[in-house]
Amino acid sequence: MAEIELKQVEKKFGDLHAVKPLDLKINDGEFIVLLGPSGCGKTTTLRMISGLETVTGGIILLDGKNITWLHPSERNIAFVFQLYALYPHLSVRQNIAFPLQAEGESRDVINQRVDEVVDLLRIRHLLNARPGKLSGGDQQRVALARALVRRPKAFLMDEPLGALDADFRESMRAEIKQLHIDQNATSIYVTHDQVEAMAMGDRIVVMSEAVIQQVGSPDEVYYKPANLFVANFIGSPGMNLVHGNYSDGELIMPGMDNRYSIPEDWQQALSEELDGSKELIIGFRPESAHLSQDGNLTGTVYAVDLHGAYTMLHINMNENDIVHIRADRMVKYALGEKVRFNLDPEMVRFFNPKTESAIRRREVVQ
Amino acid sequence: MSDVEVKKIIKEFPGVKALDEVSFDVKDGEFFVLLGPTGAGKTTTLRVIAGLTKQEQGSIFFDGEPVDDLTPADRDVAFVFQQYSLYPTMSVYDNLAFPLRSPMRKMNEAEIKEQVEQAAEVLRISQLLERKCSHLSGGEMQRVSLGRALVREPRIFLMDEPLSNLDAKLRETLRIELQHIQKTQASTTLFVTHDQIEALTMADRIAVLDHGKIIQIGTPDDIYDRPATTFVAQLVGTPRINLVKAGRENGKLYVRNSSLYISLPQGWDPPKEFLLGIRPEDIKPDNEGEFEGVLTLLEPLGVETILHLTSGDQTLLSLIPGMTGFKIGDKIKFNITQERLYCFDNHGKSLLC
Repeated sequence: MAEIELKQVEKKFGDLHAVKPLDLKINDGEFIVLLGPSGCGKTTTLRMISGLETVTGGIILLDGKNITWLHPSERNIAFVFQLYALYPHLSVRQNIAFPLQAEGESRDVINQRVDEVVDLLRIRHLLNARPGKLSGGDQQRVALARALVRRPKAFLMDEPLGALDADFRESMRAEIKQLHIDQNATSIYVTHDQVEAMAMGDRIVVMSEAVIQQVGSPDEVYYKPANLFVANFIGSPGMNLVHGNYSDGELIMPGMDNRYSIPEDWQQALSEELDGSKELIIGFRPESAHLSQDGNLTGTVYAVDLHGAYTMLHINMNENDIVHIRADRMVKYALGEKVRFNLDPEMVRFFNPKTESAIRRREVVQ
Repeated sequence: MSDVEVKKIIKEFPGVKALDEVSFDVKDGEFFVLLGPTGAGKTTTLRVIAGLTKQEQGSIFFDGEPVDDLTPADRDVAFVFQQYSLYPTMSVYDNLAFPLRSPMRKMNEAEIKEQVEQAAEVLRISQLLERKCSHLSGGEMQRVSLGRALVREPRIFLMDEPLSNLDAKLRETLRIELQHIQKTQASTTLFVTHDQIEALTMADRIAVLDHGKIIQIGTPDDIYDRPATTFVAQLVGTPRINLVKAGRENGKLYVRNSSLYISLPQGWDPPKEFLLGIRPEDIKPDNEGEFEGVLTLLEPLGVETILHLTSGDQTLLSLIPGMTGFKIGDKIKFNITQERLYCFDNHGKSLLC
């Protein structure tokens, strides 16, 4: 089992600062997801942990031992790539046994370990097949088996589901998580897909522009995003973010007469943070707005989506702001129709437009 | 804008019947989506309508007139592809103006300017007009591609997965824009996608295609609530519909390899063996629930949470709003919304339609 710690780790490619100095501690047995858009530095971070990429600065510790300059093969960490990278001319059994053979393990040990992992991944029936004959999902299972068979201290996965179609992704996502629950191996998983990150991670490391934006549980990054980037990136669609002016306990938004009375427990924190400035951004999730005839906010219906289990209304509050509200799918709305809505006061968030950071309400001590 | 009728189109490629008597009609002003997996025949259908591919049999009608003998140009359709085909060295303005400057149109620059500016405003790209296309982001390029189709005021828009190369956030934004533009302009649009979310969210009607055949045509509500086959039921909805082998016993139906016995919904007369479909949102945890399962996996998505509930050898997915305090290993009681159960025969054909 393994605990991994990154201290001021950074990477430069010439003039490009791919990863700015970052600190991160990954606990033993934890499933950590590195999440962000392409180019944010998540894969480079993973590759530095694996040893496939050298660091430009900082150190990496595995169980307290400095592994920064160890060769990848000496780190006892397994890497699963987006592409399966199986040997096409070898059978599934030979593919899985390969890393053990390379390490010179005895035939008995190899057979026993291969037996274990094929049962775990339920691929025993495929042992004699060639990888080319397998479905995408089965190829990915074989790749996972080959990584597991080494009994690594930690598991690194770089978008392992990226190449699969939507259906397979969903079921493989659950399988990998189930596997983690059974094995409890420290895992670091890279993805650009926030749904995958939320569904799988014990904690999520949200990255953008070579910097960690937030580290937190799915709950935290969803309900308490640290800044505008995280608020928008997490969720589908992201958090609604509307600019307004703060005045006398009210947020006045442009367009129609949209005034929102700010809950009392926020007012002190807002006054302190804004320090005389008036500009403020309010954030709320699509499910935290409720359509109601006596709602104090208003807009016109811009578009309506059916999503199967529910409807998503896109409401034009003013020229610049279209907000998304989740609604009962059985109620039908017309384009251009005026609607009113309320916000759940417990679920609103505020952001400082100058710093783009979330404003924290003082926690009430009971 | 025009209406379209596609009548018994057959198209064969060496060794495969790409389209097998495909028929449907698209009403004037309708947003019609062709949905299906890779190789279903969606793009071929679109190309036959555009005149880019010649069918072996069958006919295409625009406003009741056959267009089979017309060249693609004479059909006056606008095709938007997955790959944006813009002229990189031209400005956005010139790219938009290009189709209007065709000698066939005989438009003067003042008229062209007016149309280009109008389209740019609709697509919110007015601020980009002077920019070179090579300096645009992917989302901006696809907006310009849509703009170039829009200025032409064609009889029909044909769109082949125009959003699929964009990242998730952009896809979401453009999906909303596209839907808004189509609805406010009432343009006849045929849109091809393999993405069920795009289909459900944008379409007035959806045609589900598989292996060159139309499986079902209906509104998004029809496709989601009244799927004709298990193929359609599994194609729409995330997470996927629970589909389990079931049997009939003592006036109840039971799920094989589990301890789930469900009262027979009203009006049901299933055979002894059948497939039962339950949408994940219709499995609802409830302290007083009639059924029980063990929570084997939990997937929090923020807005909702997927629960994997295991009974015997069967695992059912349940979709509940928000986050939850449940822990793996918990025994969870739940109810199943009876009036929303689906029933299919062993060949996957719905027994309720």
